[in-house]
Amino acid sequence: MTVDQASPVFRARRISKVYRMGEVDVSALRGVDLDLFAGELAVFLGASGSGKSTLLNILGGLDVPTDGQVYYRERELTAADERERTDFRRKSVGFVFQFYNLIPSLTALENVELVTEIADDPMPAIDALRLVELEPRMHHFPAQMSGGEQQRVAIARAIAKRPEVLLCDEPTGALDYATGKRVLEVIEKVNSTLGTTTAVITHNAAIADMADRVIRLRSGEIVEVYANPTKKRPDELSW
Amino acid sequence: MTILNRKVFRELARMRGQVIAITLVMACGIMVYVSSRHTYIALLESQESYYTSYRFADVFAGIKRAPAPVAERIARIPGVSSVRTRIVMDVNLDVPGLDEPAIGRLVSMPDVRRPVLNDIAIQEGRYPAVGRPEEVIISEAFALANGLVPDAWIGAVINGRRKALRVVGIGLSPEYVYEVQGSGSIFPDNLRFGVIWMSRDALGAAFDMEGGFNDLAVALSPDARERDVIDRMDLILEPYGSAGAFGRGSQISHKFLSDEILGLSVSSNVTPTIFLGIAAILLHIVFSRMVRAQRDQIAIMKAFGYRNLSIGWHYLKFAFLAVSGGTLLGIVGGFWIGRPLTGMYQAYYRFPDLVYELHVDVITLAAVISVFAALAGTLHALRSAMALPPAEAMRPESPPHFRPLAMERMGLHRMLSPVWRMIFRNMERRPARTMLSAFGIAMSVAILVMGRFTFDSIDYMIDYQFRTVQRDNAAVVFAGPRPARARFELAHLPGVVRSEPYRAVPVRLRAGHLVKQTAITGLDPAGELRQLIDRDGRVQSLPPEGIVLNKTLADLLAVREGDMLAVEVQEGSRMRGSLPVTLIVDELIGTTAYMDSRALNRFLGEGRTISGAYLSVDPLRAAELYSTLKETPAVAGVAVREAVIKGFEDTIAESTNATTFTLTIFACVIACGMVYNGARIALAERNREMASLRVLGFTEREISVVLLGEQAIITLFSIPIGFLIGWALCYLAVDATAQELFRMPLVITWKTYAFAFLVVTSAAVASAYIVHRKLRYLDLVGVLKTQE
Repeated sequence: MTVDQASPVFRARRISKVYRMGEVDVSALRGVDLDLFAGELAVFLGASGSGKSTLLNILGGLDVPTDGQVYYRERELTAADERERTDFRRKSVGFVFQFYNLIPSLTALENVELVTEIADDPMPAIDALRLVELEPRMHHFPAQMSGGEQQRVAIARAIAKRPEVLLCDEPTGALDYATGKRVLEVIEKVNSTLGTTTAVITHNAAIADMADRVIRLRSGEIVEVYANPTKKRPDELSW
Repeated sequence: MTILNRKVFRELARMRGQVIAITLVMACGIMVYVSSRHTYIALLESQESYYTSYRFADVFAGIKRAPAPVAERIARIPGVSSVRTRIVMDVNLDVPGLDEPAIGRLVSMPDVRRPVLNDIAIQEGRYPAVGRPEEVIISEAFALANGLVPDAWIGAVINGRRKALRVVGIGLSPEYVYEVQGSGSIFPDNLRFGVIWMSRDALGAAFDMEGGFNDLAVALSPDARERDVIDRMDLILEPYGSAGAFGRGSQISHKFLSDEILGLSVSSNVTPTIFLGIAAILLHIVFSRMVRAQRDQIAIMKAFGYRNLSIGWHYLKFAFLAVSGGTLLGIVGGFWIGRPLTGMYQAYYRFPDLVYELHVDVITLAAVISVFAALAGTLHALRSAMALPPAEAMRPESPPHFRPLAMERMGLHRMLSPVWRMIFRNMERRPARTMLSAFGIAMSVAILVMGRFTFDSIDYMIDYQFRTVQRDNAAVVFAGPRPARARFELAHLPGVVRSEPYRAVPVRLRAGHLVKQTAITGLDPAGELRQLIDRDGRVQSLPPEGIVLNKTLADLLAVREGDMLAVEVQEGSRMRGSLPVTLIVDELIGTTAYMDSRALNRFLGEGRTISGAYLSVDPLRAAELYSTLKETPAVAGVAVREAVIKGFEDTIAESTNATTFTLTIFACVIACGMVYNGARIALAERNREMASLRVLGFTEREISVVLLGEQAIITLFSIPIGFLIGWALCYLAVDATAQELFRMPLVITWKTYAFAFLVVTSAAVASAYIVHRKLRYLDLVGVLKTQE
């Protein structure tokens, strides 16, 4: 998959985010500038509280910055209202979270169909499950699946609408070593076969080795951005 | 305050929406209990003290005429403690300001006032003076309806002579707490029927009954057996034209009042039970959820060494506090609305003083009941809180386990979108909760149906009886049997469009050991003003031979078409014979028997004789006709149909509105409580799901379908069940109130169903909207960062 440096999918300019926690203001992001390019797999590294999740939530239209602008293509997300942000999430973004967030009352297939129903040009739900190699388990409910399987369903659900970007927040955080790697393989496969711009948040530095680009955050600021010329396959990673 | 108590108060404050819902349902239940119980006691005590103070008799008998010594023979019957002989006569009245004639029941009183059975409670004015035959006391309801005050004059046709009577007092009697003329009339018509008490000498002279009497009231000693006394009285009175003695149980006013009190006693237990049951269901749902959500807190408390009992007590305090507000509100509110409720009964039942006072035992019982409701509602949640092992409780509740359920087995899920599958699976996963919620909402529907049923039924009864069966505008009763040509005199009166004579004769009908005192009405076979309608609703023509019974009478005598009935005529020749039952007709009021008038004349061995006529009247000339009838000595009474119905409908409209208003509020409280709590809990439990859906790009509107769709389905599913429960409760009510005087038809109009549907869906939509607004504040980010 080629990375098109000329056309950023996301452009974030001087974004900051201040949370009010009780009577104290906490700065989660302090004037961050960032571009994400079409087709790249970017890994955001940082310790807990570094602001990486906040950044991802803002890019995904889940949250709005206190200050600064975020553009998705030509559209200014920071000027969008709640309805437009919902529409943006519905059409353009796929999310994967640490705790899967599947709907317990729906089977694997149905969890995916939940999204394909409201998307404009989805892939068949069964294809998405095939991509994450869960076709044989598609009629199982979340409670009947392992954590790794649930996370793969979450990925299938995220990509089934053919989103332009896939945002993964600690996708392996709740998984053991082997299962975690299996999930990373699926993410890598989505990125390389579908060309989905992918951002993965992690505090696990080893995962950075599978990225096209690594963005390191600390205390709400980007402290380092570097390209990774020696991209590894997930099965080559170890931690 | 201990820390745990502080926790109780803070959490109650946090759950205030749900606590308010429980409080209100509880308050409704306690309010209904306290108010109806207080009203019940007020009526019962007023009845007892009234009967005692004014010496209400135990046994009554009406006769043609008996000489005074007969009374002494009655007094010697073992068990009789005192006897009062009277002259009682219904006469036509001319009341100032009233177009149509009224009927006055003249009742003789001792010339000099002394305590007697069925005494008068004088409310205003005085007792008639000795030697003043024109002075009378009139009944209060009649006086109020006609605006009559002491010193007013009314005209009366007494034994064919017109007399002017001067009102000197307004009174009440235990004999006429419910003031109706007789078994044919079941609704009080205070404008056109009143009781007039006048001097015995004056009445005796007017009706040629000096030294005689035509009515008896008897008091029994405490050890007397009513049945034995009645049998011996009947033996003595037989030769004097007795229509048969009867006990209090058959005395019309007493029967209505006692039935009312009994009904109130039943409903004062049934209705609150429904409300308190629903309050318990709400508590159960809310507390089960709370204990599940607080598993980790329970675990920590146990880990710190709190004993199971203190944890149970902690949660029980929640329940007690949650119901205490409702109980207090219900007690205060119930006592407060009980007074006007008791007052409402005064429109129908008249007491000299209706005592409404606070009954501590009722209040105490109300409090005890609410404690039981609280215990019943929280028992399950308490047990699970206490049984939770600390280590188990520290772990999050195991994820909800969904399996393919009935829906999948039937293949129905393929027809549904994922969103609706979520909704149905959630309902299927907690069947008990779904059923309890549905039951609660169904009960609110049933309460509405039941509340309006009474009025549907009475409406139908009036329409059926007074517009379908009895189609005359007025019925004229002659002072005694008259030759058939009298009908032509009537037909020529102004405004009479049609007149159909009838012959009525008092009889005793006997089938085996079953005996019934009633009258046979001989109808004109070509007549149109009385319709005979069979049990299938078809109009039947009058059979030329034999006797026609209405269903109530046929049931009382246990006879069917084709059976033979023994007939004992109670007037004139007092002949006996037997007649075949040729038709059974459906009527809702009274116990009536009909015959072809010619067949009846033949059976009585008389020529063409009539007792009165049914009239169809030109409304424009009605006033003229009625004033002519008032002046006609041969006419003993005129019953004006539409006026009676109108008067009654007005009276009943008042209580309809009050009852419907109250029940609507109560049903709304239940429906709102159920839907609000259901949706609120769904939101708390499925917060995470809702947030996930929002993240996936679902709009607020779309996720509110997921959240509220369940409540919508439960509500829509409950409504027809509510209709069924309502219907069943009405069926039981009809069964319980079926009596000789009238039969309430089981009629529920579509308007009632539509009304219940609208009220309950509106309440559901309103409470769902409150919860829907909370979806706006869903914390998408926070929810997804935490493990469930």
